[in-house]
Order: sequence, then structure tokens, then C-alpha cells
Amino acid sequence: MGGLSTDLWQSVRLTIELAAITTVILLLIGTPTAWWLARSRAWWKEIVATIIALPLVLPPTVLGFYLLLTLGPNGPGGLIASLWGGRTLAFTFEGLIAGSVLYSMPFVVQPIRNAFVAIGDRPLEVAATLRASPRRAFWTVAVPLARPGFLAGAVLGFAHTVGEFGLVLMIGGNIPGRTKVLSVAIFDFVEASQWREANILAAGMIVFTFAVILTMTLIEKRSAGVNA
Amino acid sequence: MRFAKLARIALGIATWVLTSTSVPAAQTNVAVAANFTEAAKEIAAAFRAKTGHEAVLSFGASGQFYTQITQGAPFQVFLSADDARPKKLVDDGLAAAGSRFTFAIGKLVLWSKTPGLVKGEETLKATSFAKLSICNPAAAPYGAAAVEAMKALKIYETLQPKLVEGATITQAYQFVETGNAELGFVALSQLTGTDTGSRWLVPQELYSPIRQDAVLLKSGASNEAATGFIAFLRGPEARAIIEKYGYVLDGQS
Repeated sequence: MGGLSTDLWQSVRLTIELAAITTVILLLIGTPTAWWLARSRAWWKEIVATIIALPLVLPPTVLGFYLLLTLGPNGPGGLIASLWGGRTLAFTFEGLIAGSVLYSMPFVVQPIRNAFVAIGDRPLEVAATLRASPRRAFWTVAVPLARPGFLAGAVLGFAHTVGEFGLVLMIGGNIPGRTKVLSVAIFDFVEASQWREANILAAGMIVFTFAVILTMTLIEKRSAGVNA
Repeated sequence: MRFAKLARIALGIATWVLTSTSVPAAQTNVAVAANFTEAAKEIAAAFRAKTGHEAVLSFGASGQFYTQITQGAPFQVFLSADDARPKKLVDDGLAAAGSRFTFAIGKLVLWSKTPGLVKGEETLKATSFAKLSICNPAAAPYGAAAVEAMKALKIYETLQPKLVEGATITQAYQFVETGNAELGFVALSQLTGTDTGSRWLVPQELYSPIRQDAVLLKSGASNEAATGFIAFLRGPEARAIIEKYGYVLDGQS
């Protein structure tokens, strides 16, 4: 495979790295958020849920446009970048992570929230009567019961990050090894009429996506079987 | 009595609609290389005012349009940013051979929004900037010209880690416009009508002339608006607009 451009494999590796890091961050932020959304009685929680869900519907160009401005030298991104002498967070791997976290957030938060809701109050009340602290009840009761939700959230978050395109195209700057992810590489190869390379990547994406959806379906089926 | 009044109102509305919108005689879809965006809009407006035909413009990277046209995209006219792709379309049998001509020769500019930042080639050699924006050299001729110029100055290797690529020249411009890149290679036409920031007109000897060819696609051969648009593009009105946007006309460079 040495004949194929190193560009190609570089973009595969970069994409996996981006998706993996994004997924870990999303699980860390998404779990407490989902817990709060599932348990809180605050009147404004659905407003927060709606804000998180916005990227589901908005065109990626909306997020891309505002990110380009906020990551830039006149926005907070430029301020953060200046900490290490940078000028902008656009065109950086860190910038892509920031964009991906926002963009894939609903895909992680919603399945976990649904799983927490499905548990109901009862198991947690039982845990409380057995003198489990809320923290212990969360880790030993809620999290294990919500496992299918976590699995679904992680798989969807990872897959959705792999699948993002418009956002990366707008804030990435197409830098090999740093921001040139798979979807952009395919776009590039097609534009440059390098169809062999485009074919390899595109066919690979189809196989990957097939595997993800099949896995998801199997997870759902299994968890349904457990509950029944 | 009542019917007559209604009829009069209906007639009034009908004449108003007919006279105010003046339905175009014919329509054509034109694929326009992104660098030519502003000039093309002005030319299409002049074309419509003169002939009544409407040219519907789509903007993008030349490479992208080439790929789309080979796959049957519904364009009748292609205004490329190079001469290679229109020639290939003629060779592929997708464009009318006799219709190909150079409508403009593009000029490359190094541009920054910061006044005084761009002074000349020494700005590039000093490399005291973080990001230099260009457009994708594989798909956009202005990107290829920028790479050629940097290689001619023997600074391409040094600058490569600082390069950020836009998919089109419009995006390369926008990276500089939003301040995300301090400077970038753009088309002179994009800076028409503004003198903000600082700029350096890259000397022609550093890159091969960007000969921008137009071609009539096979699907436009029998379309009155398409053939009319190609003819209009050769005419004095269009040429004046093209020159106004900083392009050089063929045979004058």
C-alpha cells in the first residue's frame, strides 16, 4: 500500500484520533448533563436540552460560521490560543475537537438521558433505603442500569464525528495530519479527479457505517431482551 | 357592473406582473470559477439588460465543476479559472471546440487585512506570521499559482507548515477576512473596490499566467441564452467589466 499517498492513511488516523478524543470528552461532559436532564425538576431544563439538540437540525454551516468567528483572533478562541502564543484556534486539531464536541453532543446526551429516565425513581429509592449514598447509588445502580445508553451514546458520538464534513471544511483549513480528516480528504480527491483514492476511502466509509449501524441495532436488541 | 370592476382590477394586475418582471426570453446555467464571482454577477446583469436572457450563476472551484460536468451536471457554459480544464472538456467531447477562448488573465495578490504587514516578497521570506491562506492547489488554479510563486522564491518548503487551504479562492479570502490567517494569496479581482489592509501584486514572472478560459458545453449548443452569453462575454461591455476587476485581457499582457 506504499504507493497510495501517505495523505490517505494520515487522514484515516487523524479521523480516528479526533473521534476517539471527542467521544471521551463527550462522555465526561455528557454524563452529568444527561443525569441532570433526567432527574432535575428545574423549569428551564428543557431549554438547556433544546440548546444541546440544536446541532441535530441546524446546517453545519451555521455552526461553522460562528465557530470561525469565535475561534478566531477576535473571539475567545484567539484568547485561548494566545496562551501558548497562537493566533487562532481555527486550523488546529484542538479547534476541531471543540467543534466536534458541540456538533456531536446531542448524539451522546440523548441516549444517556433516555437510559437514566428509563430507570425511574424506584431502584434509586431502594438503594437509598439500603443506606447507599446518592453518589454510591449513582455509580452502583444508575450507571450499570444505563449501560446500553452509554454504549449507544459512545458509538453514535464516535460515528457522527467521523461523519462530519461541512464544519471541518469551514474551520479546518485542510492541513494534512492536523485538520484533513477523512470526509474532507474524500472531497479533495474527488475535486482533483483522483477517483481511485476517493473510491478507497468512500468504500471504506460505507463498510464502517454499515458496521456501526448493525452494532447499534444489536445493542438495542440485546438490551430490549434483557429488559423483557 | 361588479364583474366589470373585477375584470378591470384583474387586467391591471396582469399588466403590472407582465411589465414589472419582464419574463426572461431564455435561461442558461453558468458554472463560474469562484475568483470571477463579482465580475460574473455584473456581466450577467448587463447581459440580461441587453438581451433579456437570464444567466443563472453557480460559483465554485474549477476542479469541482470539471468533475461535476463530466458527470452530467446541468451547466451550459463553464467559466474556468484555467485553460487546462476547458481544454480537457473539449477533448472529452463535452464542450464545443470552437467556443473555447481566454476571457481573462488573472492576477495573484498577497493580501493582509493589517495595514503595512505585506510589503513584498520580503514579507514571505521573513515568515513572521502564523498562517498563510491559499486555495486548494489541486482543484483551484490560483492555489497552484500561489504554490508556483512560493517555489520560485524558494520559500515553499519553509512556508508549508504555515499554509491553510480553502476549498475555493473565496474561502481563502474569507480566512484572511475573518482574521484567522494573517495573510493569504487571493485574486486581484476580489480586492476590487477596496483598499483595506496591505497587498503585494505578485510579479508575473513568478508564476505562469492564469489564463481563464470559457467554453460552451455540448448541452448549451442549442440554447440561445448560452450561446448569447458566450458571445456577450467576448463583447466590449463584458470586456470593460472584466478589466475593471483587475484582469488582463488576452493579447494585452
